[in-house]
Amino acid sequence: MTQLVYDGSFEGLLTSIFELYERKIGDARVVRNGSYQSELTASYLEIIPDQKKAERVWNGLKQKLSVDKRNEIYQCFLSELPEMEGTLVTFIRHVFDSKHSVEKDYSNKSVLAIEQIAHKVYREKHRMEAFVRFQRTTDDLYIASIDPDFNVLPLIISHFQERYADQHWLIYDNRRNYGIHYSKDTFSVQEVRMEWEAIAHHEFLPASTCHEEELVYQSLWKNYFQTINIQARNNHKLHIRHVPVRYWKYLTEKRTS
Amino acid sequence: MYMWDRIQEKLQILSDAAKYDVSCSSSGSKRSNDSKGLGHTTGAGICHSYTEDGRCVSLLKILLTNYCIYDCAYCVSRRSNDVKRVGFTVKEAVELTINFYRRNYIEGLFLSSGIFKNSDYTMERLVRVAKTLRTEYRFNGYIHLKTIPGCSEDLVKQAALYADRLSVNIELPSENSLKALAPEKNKTDIIRPMSYLSNSIEAYADEKKVIKSTPAFAPAGQSTQMVVGASPENDLQVMTIADALYKKYKLRRVYYSGYVPVSNDSRLPQLGTPVPMIRENRLYQADWLMRFYKFSLREIVDPAHPQLDLDIDPKLSWALRNLHLFPIDINHADYEMILRVPGIGVQSALRIIQGRRYSKLGWDQLKQMGIAVSRAKHFIVCTSKDHPRDINEAALRQRILRQSKYAATLTPQLSIF
Repeated sequence: MTQLVYDGSFEGLLTSIFELYERKIGDARVVRNGSYQSELTASYLEIIPDQKKAERVWNGLKQKLSVDKRNEIYQCFLSELPEMEGTLVTFIRHVFDSKHSVEKDYSNKSVLAIEQIAHKVYREKHRMEAFVRFQRTTDDLYIASIDPDFNVLPLIISHFQERYADQHWLIYDNRRNYGIHYSKDTFSVQEVRMEWEAIAHHEFLPASTCHEEELVYQSLWKNYFQTINIQARNNHKLHIRHVPVRYWKYLTEKRTS
Repeated sequence: MYMWDRIQEKLQILSDAAKYDVSCSSSGSKRSNDSKGLGHTTGAGICHSYTEDGRCVSLLKILLTNYCIYDCAYCVSRRSNDVKRVGFTVKEAVELTINFYRRNYIEGLFLSSGIFKNSDYTMERLVRVAKTLRTEYRFNGYIHLKTIPGCSEDLVKQAALYADRLSVNIELPSENSLKALAPEKNKTDIIRPMSYLSNSIEAYADEKKVIKSTPAFAPAGQSTQMVVGASPENDLQVMTIADALYKKYKLRRVYYSGYVPVSNDSRLPQLGTPVPMIRENRLYQADWLMRFYKFSLREIVDPAHPQLDLDIDPKLSWALRNLHLFPIDINHADYEMILRVPGIGVQSALRIIQGRRYSKLGWDQLKQMGIAVSRAKHFIVCTSKDHPRDINEAALRQRILRQSKYAATLTPQLSIF
């Protein structure tokens, strides 16, 4: 067996698939750099991301798959799940090796698996569109920290860019240590990384960096959230199914202090 | 700080009084943010949070004021109720909406009101809030306005030009109950704006097909709400009204609100009476069957079965009454019939239709597609040989009930088995 070790980028993954075909490797495992473990019985091949090779694979997929299915491949990649590479390789091989379109063949395991992983990622994306809570700073930047299960920042850019076109904002992924910053002057989004122990690493800003009205609005929102609950209908199970506890520390209305 | 304390108090009173209106939908409308202003509406809607009772929080739902000249028995803001009365200024309501929206707390505003002075005076204020948001603040988020019963058509029209959705509540499922519990409201005042809107929405939509620049007119349509459990109507009556509203006025949604006792008025269920939550849930399930599963009203409830079964959902209930139509062959039946199998939803029905083109389906594949096989197996056959079916209605009903995850909360006789 051959282990193809790539750098964890999407381009790297597509390059790996190119090499599988180029070198006619049948029995292979594609693994991320960090999760590589040497195995006695396997040979080792380091993959260097190559834009041209990746594009050839992607263009090949364009011939075979609808845009929705290609998006699912990318979403699946963003899941970062340990079985992600294996599932994608099996699926993409199945696509290339079939004469007809297979994307709706839900009786095939890999077709269904791709859709199910992509669906999980989509749900997390949707959750982040819902659960981001901006705090306004003294210099009029709206900041939010998140800690999503999957790497969904690339998927939520367009949503926030369109919605909050007239305010500066920053959404920071604390787990993956990078964020997206939007400037209302240039209307553009940039990826940013904090090298130091910066403010965005806290779930909530210290009062000194908050805009003068920020804490008032947080408290108005918290009280609103409490008031609109109908006690006679309380349903804790349903509540935590919709708002899982792991997200609470970033939600203004669920914050205990 | 005094000002903020006042706002805090008003928000508490006016959101508390608005919370019994169950609609929170922010879907069905598309507004893009081409001018690089604030907000956009995507069509799908987002629930930004959920209260501890498990309901979606999507909009800032408030009354403009809880002063009210009416005395509807089921309402906390009724004239005769001894509660503190307050009101937001237009600017206060607008600022709250904008500041909540900018922090990504909400999708927009749901604005209702007690009726002060008269219908037109009240409606004019509601319209002014929406107009300010749209024109002065360039706000493209979602706006749901209540139509005040009896207000002029001109105000309804203005409202529809600024809001995404309008709603006027039917309140109670019969004219008699309306007379008994909301003596100052009448059916005509409620139906007239609904009918006017329905016609205008259609007219604007037709015009938009020809003239692109036709303005959006209540693009998310209109909805309504009925309180159930406050008055004696049965599910057949409730569903008949809902069915008529969907057909006649093209409503997007009919909401059913299980009555939460708020008064010790002798015309109403006593304080402390449990909210009829299971009934409410069954009504929504029945509503879904009509809107997404191609069931007709008479298949769900009829004079012989005027109440929905509280123990089992209406789809299963229909299937048990029609066992002669089953089992169906999952590899050959048409889509409409697959949709009617208990345990199969819209998405899995579509997957079955698509998947079976490639290969015949057995239990394993059906399970992977997300079908509730433990329930569906009684009603279908597939390529797998074993078909563990019970064809006797009573036996099947008991068997499914015992498997139900809600078994413990259902009828007491279950524990005997």
